Amino acid sequence: MLLFPENSLPKELLIRGLFITGGVLCLTSLVLLVAGAPPWPAFYHLFVGALGSWSKLAQVLTVWIPLTLCACGLLYSFRVGLWNIGVEGQVVAGAIVSTSVLRFGLESGSPFFVIVLAFAGGMLGGSVWAILAGFLKTKGGVNEIFGGLGLNFVAQGITLWLIFGPWKRPGVASMSGTELFPESLWLPTFLSSRLSPAGLVLAVLALMAATWVLNRTRLGLALKGIGSNPKAAYLHGLNPNIYFIFAMGLAGGCAGLAGAFQVTGVYHRLIPVISSNYGYLALLVVMLANYRVWGSPWIAFFFACLNVGSIQLPIVLKLDSSLSGIIQGALVLTTLLVYGLRNDRP
Amino acid sequence: MTDLDLTVLLASIVAGAAPIVLAVLGETISEKGGVINLSLDGSILLSAMVAFAIAYQSHNLFLGFAGGALVGAVMAGLVGFFSIFLGQSQVAVGFVLTLTARDLAYFLGNPYSRLYGPQAGMNPIPWLQDLPVLGPIFFHQSLPAYLSMLLIPLAWWYLYKTPMGLRLRAIGEHPEAAYARGTNTRAIQFWHTVVGGLLVGLAGATFSLCTKTGWGRPQGAEGTGWIALAIVIFGGWHPVKTALGAYLFAFLQIMGIHFQGWWPSVPAQVFQVAPFPLMIFTLIVMHLAQQSSARTSIRGSPWLRGFLRVLSGSAPAGLGRSFRPE
Repeated sequence: MLLFPENSLPKELLIRGLFITGGVLCLTSLVLLVAGAPPWPAFYHLFVGALGSWSKLAQVLTVWIPLTLCACGLLYSFRVGLWNIGVEGQVVAGAIVSTSVLRFGLESGSPFFVIVLAFAGGMLGGSVWAILAGFLKTKGGVNEIFGGLGLNFVAQGITLWLIFGPWKRPGVASMSGTELFPESLWLPTFLSSRLSPAGLVLAVLALMAATWVLNRTRLGLALKGIGSNPKAAYLHGLNPNIYFIFAMGLAGGCAGLAGAFQVTGVYHRLIPVISSNYGYLALLVVMLANYRVWGSPWIAFFFACLNVGSIQLPIVLKLDSSLSGIIQGALVLTTLLVYGLRNDRP
Repeated sequence: MTDLDLTVLLASIVAGAAPIVLAVLGETISEKGGVINLSLDGSILLSAMVAFAIAYQSHNLFLGFAGGALVGAVMAGLVGFFSIFLGQSQVAVGFVLTLTARDLAYFLGNPYSRLYGPQAGMNPIPWLQDLPVLGPIFFHQSLPAYLSMLLIPLAWWYLYKTPMGLRLRAIGEHPEAAYARGTNTRAIQFWHTVVGGLLVGLAGATFSLCTKTGWGRPQGAEGTGWIALAIVIFGGWHPVKTALGAYLFAFLQIMGIHFQGWWPSVPAQVFQVAPFPLMIFTLIVMHLAQQSSARTSIRGSPWLRGFLRVLSGSAPAGLGRSFRPE
């Protein structure tokens, strides 16, 4: 094509990378200039705010864990060719079930057991919510995008109802969520930071599982076959509907784990925005990673850095913290543009 | 409920539904041509912010509305450009844009939050507003509300009674066939997507300048775009039915305040979720009604038949597909 005359792969990748980086920097600087802010200090504070100290890094990793869990889940659903936009609701469903497990376990003597159960419950909740979207597609003819979106809002509605109704704090119900769980039911953290080693292990395990299932098993091969050509896969004796449900179940399970982590490891209660938009963000992560496993954790880490780095922007520079979202969006858009000009799907 | 209450209720439905009707009609037009503009939610917020900022700076409401419409058109143009000309997934582009536009609106709108700006007031139409019941409901409204009412029959007429509307629907159903017939599919899809976005932008401007005036985080229009997407499906991609869906939603929203009086423990946001289960239900009914085993049993029951005729309507067959004429 016009932009990339040569076909040598590494060189072309480098050129694309340069184009994308340049595009993102230009777009973001433009937005900053429109807002009347000098670009350089904003980028500097983003960087320092994310990686300036060990505690910041711990914060970044605390965002990285749920983001990576969601991304791992989405890898399954994308591989079978489904746009699982309902991942957001699956995180919420996981958080709801996990909260209810913790509430039941308040009186129990062994917090470890309760936390493990809370994660299992979260996984189950996310799975059920995802499989619901899957059945809506296979049995009800509802496109997974619209079904998933609908279920997202339904999950959100249930959360609000629980927070203001049955699970409201004694006294007054408020947007700040349900009552805080006792510290014995918090996921243990690393030294004095807020980082949970169990969460890290979980995210890494999910990554390893995704790599193994997608690349080394018959299931992974079947998902790939159906994703690239459902008709051919059907003629080979694979029933796409069964694998749709299976992939959705796996995706929802991972998302539900992220929800359970948000409850046990981050907020220690159920809040209205328990998912922190990580489901939607993970969709961008996986798109950028070209729907492959190996790129996802690194992009998730970069996105987590942006999220954490932007927290202090309102204090330091009087800028809204949504700058991180703008950079993430600009990154995906320029990537789509560069790959689109190159005439292929990223 | 007394007679007076009912007119007030209906008038507030017409006023409150104005932006939703605009957004829903815009999305119907682009989806009829086969392009899903998933950027709706972010587009509405960004155009609401821009419209308010421009109107605040220039003290000119017209410029505000024009700015909002332009933002909506540009967003839709991006979706169109990426999907129609670059062959990228419409869903992916629209989804990224909706997230980015929302953040952009919050970021750039920060200095304008919680300011008191100009707002579009009532423009009663002389003579007509004195009509007994219809007057206060339909002719004592703001300009965007009149526009929204006017556009419903106009959109229907355009889509179903003009050659261009026919061509657009043909592209939405089967782009390859339309292309083979000599239609310039790309240009027609692109420009209708842009016009649809223009209406979405007007919807955003109507929010910040008329129905939920001002800007802030949150503005109050959050989620409307997703609801509008749901209503388009609920209305079976038919402009009149989608508009009715928008009025139904406005009714639910207003009744939500009353419901809250009856069940104080349930927050108002829960009632806002109502369109989504309705949408899913409609889609399932539409799907099941098309199956042959269901058809025979439906034929026997006139009640079911009427019910399904109201709900029926199918998605443009080429919806969401990127077609590249070669």
